[in-house]
Amino acid sequence: MSLQPNKTLASLGTANRIARAPETHPLTWRLRDDGQPVWLDEYQSKQGYEAARKALGQMSPDEIVGTVKDAGLKGRGGAGFSTGVKWGLMPKDESMNIRYLLCNADEMEPNTYKDRLLMEQLPHLLIEGMIISARALKAYRGYIFLRGEYVDAAIHLRRAVEEAKAAGLLGKNILGSGFDFELFVHTGAGRYICGEETALINSLEGRRANPRAKPPFPAVSGVWGKPTCVNNVETLCNVPAIIGNGVAWYQGLALPGSEDHGTKLMGFSGKVNNPGLWELPFGITARELFENYAGGMKPGYRLKAWQPGGAGTGFLLPEHLDAQMYAGGIGKVGTRMGTGLAMAVDDSINMVGLLRNMEEFFARESCGWCTPCRDGLPWSVKILRALERGEGQPEDLATLEQLVSFLGPGKTFCAHAPGAVEPLGSAMKYFRSEFEAGVKAPHDNHKLFKGIQPNLLGERW
Amino acid sequence: MSQQCQCKNTSSPAGQSACQSKGDGFVPSQKDDFVLSQAERDAIEHETHHYEDPRAASIEALKIVQQARGWVPDGAIHTIAAELGIPASDVEGVATFYSQIFRQPVGRHIIRVCDSMVCYINGHEQLLAGLKEVMDLAPGQTSPDGRFTLLPVCCLGNCDKGPALMIDDDTYGGLDAVSLLKTLEAYP
Repeated sequence: MSLQPNKTLASLGTANRIARAPETHPLTWRLRDDGQPVWLDEYQSKQGYEAARKALGQMSPDEIVGTVKDAGLKGRGGAGFSTGVKWGLMPKDESMNIRYLLCNADEMEPNTYKDRLLMEQLPHLLIEGMIISARALKAYRGYIFLRGEYVDAAIHLRRAVEEAKAAGLLGKNILGSGFDFELFVHTGAGRYICGEETALINSLEGRRANPRAKPPFPAVSGVWGKPTCVNNVETLCNVPAIIGNGVAWYQGLALPGSEDHGTKLMGFSGKVNNPGLWELPFGITARELFENYAGGMKPGYRLKAWQPGGAGTGFLLPEHLDAQMYAGGIGKVGTRMGTGLAMAVDDSINMVGLLRNMEEFFARESCGWCTPCRDGLPWSVKILRALERGEGQPEDLATLEQLVSFLGPGKTFCAHAPGAVEPLGSAMKYFRSEFEAGVKAPHDNHKLFKGIQPNLLGERW
Repeated sequence: MSQQCQCKNTSSPAGQSACQSKGDGFVPSQKDDFVLSQAERDAIEHETHHYEDPRAASIEALKIVQQARGWVPDGAIHTIAAELGIPASDVEGVATFYSQIFRQPVGRHIIRVCDSMVCYINGHEQLLAGLKEVMDLAPGQTSPDGRFTLLPVCCLGNCDKGPALMIDDDTYGGLDAVSLLKTLEAYP
C-alpha cells in the first residue's frame, strides 16, 4: 500500500464543488477542486498550523479548554455531547501525567461518509486539531483509530504525520513550546462496535472490542488504565478554527433558531438527484438540504420517509422536512440528529425489507456481550424476514414492539441495541400497515392440536 | 480454540463450502509447522513499539501474517502469542472477533460488498444476485477456482456513490451487476 499520485479518491464529491470560504466553511474551505489531498506546504499556505502556533505559543491548556467550551462545540460522532465539558472531565491532578487523546476514526455508521473526506483530503487539519486538543488535555500521545477499510486515508494520514514530524509539529518540544506529543495511526480489523468509545479502547489494547462498564469513565481510566479522551474526527477538525478565529466568530456561524454552534458536514443519500456531502451551518432546514443541495428525488421516485443522521436515528416523514438541522430541531420532531447525514427512502422501498436489512446489520455487528442485544436483535431479524415473506404470525407485531422496548435505552450494556431499535420503533409507528401486511391470514389451527399453546406474549407482559 | 473448521484442505481453497468436516476432520493445531519469516517478525516487533503493552500489537500481528499468506493458519496463533507473551487463547479470541481477520483460506482477491441500508436502497442485492448467477458465489464463499472470496462489509462510507464495494484495497461506487463483472476482469 503506497501513495498513488493523482488517484481519484472515493471522497471526491459535492463538498469539493460548492463555493467555499474560510469565514463560512472552516472545515472544507481548504479542499482542492480536484479532490487531491492537501499536503503540508499547501496547508501551511492556507493558514495551516497557525491556530496550533497560537494555542501552543500564547494559550494555557485551561484557556484552550475554556475557549472550546465557550464556543459550544459538541461531539460530531452522533451523540452530541459538549466537547469542552468532556475535556473538563480529565483529572486536574497534575501527577497523572500519562494521558491519551484518541481520535475515533472508525467511521462505520451506515450512511456516514464525512470523516473519510476529512482524512483523505485534509489529513493535516485533523493532525492540527489533535495537537491543539492534546495540549488542552495535557496528553503526551495520541492514536488515530482508523477503520482498516479506509486504505487511502491511512496512507495519507501516515504521510501527513511524517511531514508534521519533519517540520517540528509533532514530537519533542513542538514549535519550541516545550510541549511533547507523538501521534500514531492505528488501523482496525473490522466490526462496527469498535466505534463505541470503550470498545474502541479495548480494541486499541489488542482485546476483543466489547464495551466496558462505565464508570469509571475513560477520562479517569481509559486506555491502559490512564486518563483518556476519545473524540470524533470531525469534532477535532473543528478545533483549529475555533482557536484561530475565536468564540464570537464561531457562534455567528449557525443560522438563527439553532441552539448548536458552528458548521456541520451534512449529507443526503438515497434516490435523490444529487447525493452528496456539504459543509453547512447548523439550523438549516432539512428541506433546504433535501431540495436545494440534494436536488430532490430522482424522476419517478417519491420521498416516502427519511432518516436524519445514520442507522441509529429514527425515521421521519416528508412533513417533517421543515425541521431545522440541529440537535433540538430534530429532537422536536421526535428523533436525534445523529451524524447529520440524512437518507431518503423512496416509494419503491418496502419498510419491512429495509428494516430487515438494517436489523441484519445490527444483529451481525452485536458484540454478543449482553443478552438483550445478542439474542434480541437476531429475534427481530427472524420476525422481519417472516413478515417480508408474508409468513408473519398475528403476534409478531406485538413481539417486535416488545423488543423495541426491551432493547431500548438503559436496558443494554451499551448504545448498540437502543440504536438498532430506534428506527424499528419509528418505522412501525409511521408505516404500521406495511408490517401488518406481512402477517399471514390467521387461522386457528393451533386449536386442532392439544397441548400446543398460542403465542400469548402480548398478554403476559 | 474456535469451533470453526480446521481442516487443512488447502488444495481446494473453496472455504467453508469445501469443508466436509464431520468431527473427524478436526486437526489439532501444530505449533511447530508454522514459522514467521524474518520480515514478519521484524514488522511485528516494530509494531509493539507503538504501544505501551505488546498485547496491543496482536491485531496488527494477525494482519501482518495475513498480508503475506492471505489468511491466518492455526500455527500463527501460537507463534504470535509466544512473540507477544500473551496466551494463545487471547490471540484466537481476537482473531475470531474481527471480521477482517480470516481463519480459513480465502481466494486471491477479496470482494467486499457493502450491505448497509443505503446500498440496499441503491440495489446491492442485485450485485449479489449477479455474482451468484454468473460465478455461483454467495457471501462467505470462495469461488471454486480460488480467485475470489465474497464477503459482506459494514457501511463503506461511500453512500453518496452507492452501491459501494471494495475489491482488495480498491473502493468502487455506482456499479451494477454487469459493470461489476467487467471490473472483476482486472483481478486475475
